[in-house]
Amino acid sequence: MLKTYTTIRDAAGPLLVVYDVEGIKYEELVEIEMQDGTRKRGKVLEASEGKAIVQVFEDIRGLNLKNSKARFLGKTMKLPVAAEMLGRVFNGAGTPKDGGPEVAAEKYLDVNGSPINPYRRAYPNDFIQTGISTIDGLNTLVRGQKLPIFSGAGLPHSMVAAQIARQAKVLGSTEQFSVVFGAMGITFEEAEFFIEEFKKTGALSKAVVFINLADDPVIERITLPRIALTAAEFLAFEKGMQVLVILTDMTNYCEALREVSAARKEVPGRRGYPGYLYTDLATIYERAGRIKDKTGSITQIPILTMPEDDITHPIPDLSGYITEGQILLSRDLHRRGLYPPVDVLPSLSRLKDKGIGEGKTREDHSGVLNQLFAFYAKGREVRELSLILGESALSEVDKAYLKFADEFEKKFVNQGYYEDRTIQQTLDLGWQLLALLPRSEMKRVKEEYINKYLQPSVL
Amino acid sequence: MTQEASTTGKIIKVAGPLVVAIGLPGAKMYEVVKAGEAQLIGEVIRVEGDNVFIQVYEETSGVGPGEPVYLTGEPLTVELGPGMMSGIYDGIQRPLNDLADKSGDFISRGLEARALRAGKKWPLRPLKKEGDQVEPGDIIAEVQETALLKHKIMVPPNFPAGEISFMVKAGDYVLDEVVAKIRTGGKEQIVTLSQKWPIRTPRPSKKKLVPNSGLVTGQRVIDTFFPIAKGGAGCVPGPFGSGKTVVQHQFAKWSDADVIVFVGCGERGNEMTDLLMEFPELKDPRTNRPLMERTVLIANTSNMPVAAREASVYTGITIAEYFRDMGYSVAILADSTSRWAEALREISGRLEEMPGDEGYPAYLGSRTAAFYERAGAVQCLGNDNRLGYLTVVGAVSPPGGDLSEPVTQNTLRVTKVFWALDAALAYKRHFPAINWLTSYSLYNENLKEFFEKEAGSGFGNFREKALAILQKEAELMEIVRLVGVEALSVRDQFWLEVAKIIREDFLHQNAFVDEDSFTSLKKQYLMLKTIMNIFEKGEKGIGQGKTVSDLLSGELKDKVAKMKLIPEQGLGQFEILNGEVEKV
Repeated sequence: MLKTYTTIRDAAGPLLVVYDVEGIKYEELVEIEMQDGTRKRGKVLEASEGKAIVQVFEDIRGLNLKNSKARFLGKTMKLPVAAEMLGRVFNGAGTPKDGGPEVAAEKYLDVNGSPINPYRRAYPNDFIQTGISTIDGLNTLVRGQKLPIFSGAGLPHSMVAAQIARQAKVLGSTEQFSVVFGAMGITFEEAEFFIEEFKKTGALSKAVVFINLADDPVIERITLPRIALTAAEFLAFEKGMQVLVILTDMTNYCEALREVSAARKEVPGRRGYPGYLYTDLATIYERAGRIKDKTGSITQIPILTMPEDDITHPIPDLSGYITEGQILLSRDLHRRGLYPPVDVLPSLSRLKDKGIGEGKTREDHSGVLNQLFAFYAKGREVRELSLILGESALSEVDKAYLKFADEFEKKFVNQGYYEDRTIQQTLDLGWQLLALLPRSEMKRVKEEYINKYLQPSVL
Repeated sequence: MTQEASTTGKIIKVAGPLVVAIGLPGAKMYEVVKAGEAQLIGEVIRVEGDNVFIQVYEETSGVGPGEPVYLTGEPLTVELGPGMMSGIYDGIQRPLNDLADKSGDFISRGLEARALRAGKKWPLRPLKKEGDQVEPGDIIAEVQETALLKHKIMVPPNFPAGEISFMVKAGDYVLDEVVAKIRTGGKEQIVTLSQKWPIRTPRPSKKKLVPNSGLVTGQRVIDTFFPIAKGGAGCVPGPFGSGKTVVQHQFAKWSDADVIVFVGCGERGNEMTDLLMEFPELKDPRTNRPLMERTVLIANTSNMPVAAREASVYTGITIAEYFRDMGYSVAILADSTSRWAEALREISGRLEEMPGDEGYPAYLGSRTAAFYERAGAVQCLGNDNRLGYLTVVGAVSPPGGDLSEPVTQNTLRVTKVFWALDAALAYKRHFPAINWLTSYSLYNENLKEFFEKEAGSGFGNFREKALAILQKEAELMEIVRLVGVEALSVRDQFWLEVAKIIREDFLHQNAFVDEDSFTSLKKQYLMLKTIMNIFEKGEKGIGQGKTVSDLLSGELKDKVAKMKLIPEQGLGQFEILNGEVEKV
């Protein structure tokens, strides 16, 4: 029997305190019936004898405590999932937003998920060709990886994510990725951009979209990524699909979390974010991967905007410790008109080593990658030096390094929004650039590959 | 009061991993309890009047006030015995493969799984006979657990000394069979293949010794520049992406410890999978057996319950101490201790304790120190005075790479080796990205003799010279940045060239190239010697008015650059190389 209480006595931000309750459970779902009959949902954040702290997922403006009721539903939050979710648009609570009917559930899944047993994981090592040189060549994405885009306000992270979603393919397989798109607190225009993009390419029929706009209830942002990932897990591990999850913007998610934490008067960690931010983010990011004997996979590309472009801010910092690398967008490259403005030096893909090389991409990939990194790092150093000393003071070799850095940015980093480079094109371009420097400088590539692939530069 | 009433209480509050219960007057601190109808495993961490605070090692959603809590009467223990090698456990020593059998691909709650396999038969060879006098720690039998490891069956440390009144014959035995009985006075204690030990209590030893032999890791920057002793404690702090995990993995793969315990504490699931898949394939360079045969993995990934993360490092170190007690050299790698500290912070926050620095509890320092202090070179219990070594290497993940944060600072106070990972080096793909100017090892003095003997005479001198050259390079680069390299004297330019050789051809080491991944001490010595020969010759040459390009031809530089690829079986090639250096 469901119990209904009229004893909501405190309200603070999204939190309500219900007194004199009995038999409630931690994380139990709660339905709040407002004085005018509208219903809002929430869950139990703290269950004590005779008292429950409830976090409401939706806006509670206009709630009158005296005349409202709280009903405890006796179950934790579950999402109805079905293959027919593909092509639909939902809000942060999982209810349809596109005017369509409710999803006829094949299954109800706990939105918090369960950790994948590391013993049952399959190591991600299938190369995904995104067609973007800076990613394929230098920070290779593999199927089952979580690789966030660290961006800043005003940078074209949405375009990069959309381009990846459009072009991503696993070599030697014709299967397309299904996209699960979770938008948290972004503007209407940004959300429209993605939806239009998906429509244009026909990807929308293979996409599940969850949207919480900037003016939607803040609190829904906390459940949104979990709902999106629950849908993704269903599609990947029960329907065998290759799922690409794009979550934007994680910064808004963390801010919503901070809001709830502050309302609960918790001891804050760095910059007012709760001390459990790492654990909380991990329960989102770790829901990516592959499982032994299953065909499906979840690849995550979360997007987060770094406040003040500061990579040491707690959100990018903690994310970086959980995710398997990061793609960092640079304001400097963006200002110079380069797209995609990926700053390759601080970017990283931790899983690239097992996804590249013979049989995956090409035998020389690892060597080319390391050499390009080393040359570009040195080239950037020389560029700084030349700013102080002037170019004429540079040695011949240093001048070649400078040229390399410039050409690298212009030719390799820079590419069109609709330009889809194959991995061979990317690597050949890499060799073209390497040829700008004398052979004796190439210490990171094997001799045999230099003999095989190095050609006089035409750049 | 009945027995039932004193061991069963009632939950009055649930908040995340913290559960508060009443009606447990018999509760002891750090006692294990089963909370709720699902019987989730938890531990008593605070008692306030009638209220007992419990940290629960599993997800608590769906648990509510009014549900029962059962006391078990025991502290959190690990089960120690044959069968741990090549296993993978969660933070409270449940085998992950058994959990997978029970609940499939995802880990669900309330599962119980015994740490060791009860049914497996182990070939036992007795080493004592009936009538022998034994004391705690004495080895009474051994079991060949894997090809790499003889598992010694010891008299548990908490047994009194006595006489063996029963000893089985050589043969195959299962875990719980009585293999020996020890009589003390009128009482008889039984010894089986396994024993239990509480994870928060260090296992005793006779005495601690000053570590004076080196743990060889095959990583040049570590062994040559910043070595760690067997029984030492070191830390690897670094921002994300600087290669902490690769350094730890290299340690686990190549260090010459007999047993490796790797604790993945709050880290990525895929990383643990990587170890699980890679270690059975990798061969120990000394014995040519799969490395997995000497490795125990403990995985508490970042999305597993936070309280179990707090326990995982203790589970790991207790297992490590057990192997140390057998007289082995054991290394435990904890990646990352920052996640452990964060778990402490989260639970402390839920307990509403007064926070210290950055919200961490005030006892962070003492807990950290107590953990690292469990490292050491010891004389083990038992009358054969065998020595055992436990080396602890902890990774630290400072937020924003800021080393002034509390976890790093508390760790630095108690560890003697500091490998500073540097993001700038990592960006240049210089790996291991250990900064040679800021790192240090306080074991250098203690290990001097060891390296002179094991690597070669003069090793210490080479090392000091090389460090001095690198130090000088940093100073010279300041000048170069202002006035350009041309403005330097020939000697200074030559020093810069040599420094570059040390950095690129010696310190840079590629973990993914077979010949380069592991370098023996002998080869490290020869490499360093070659570079120092070049340096000595050059110093003389400059006195005679030679230029840098005379001294360092492109051809010679190429050869030196390829030096790291000389295979371990072909160290004779160094003589040829040195001959060429002489001719310059």
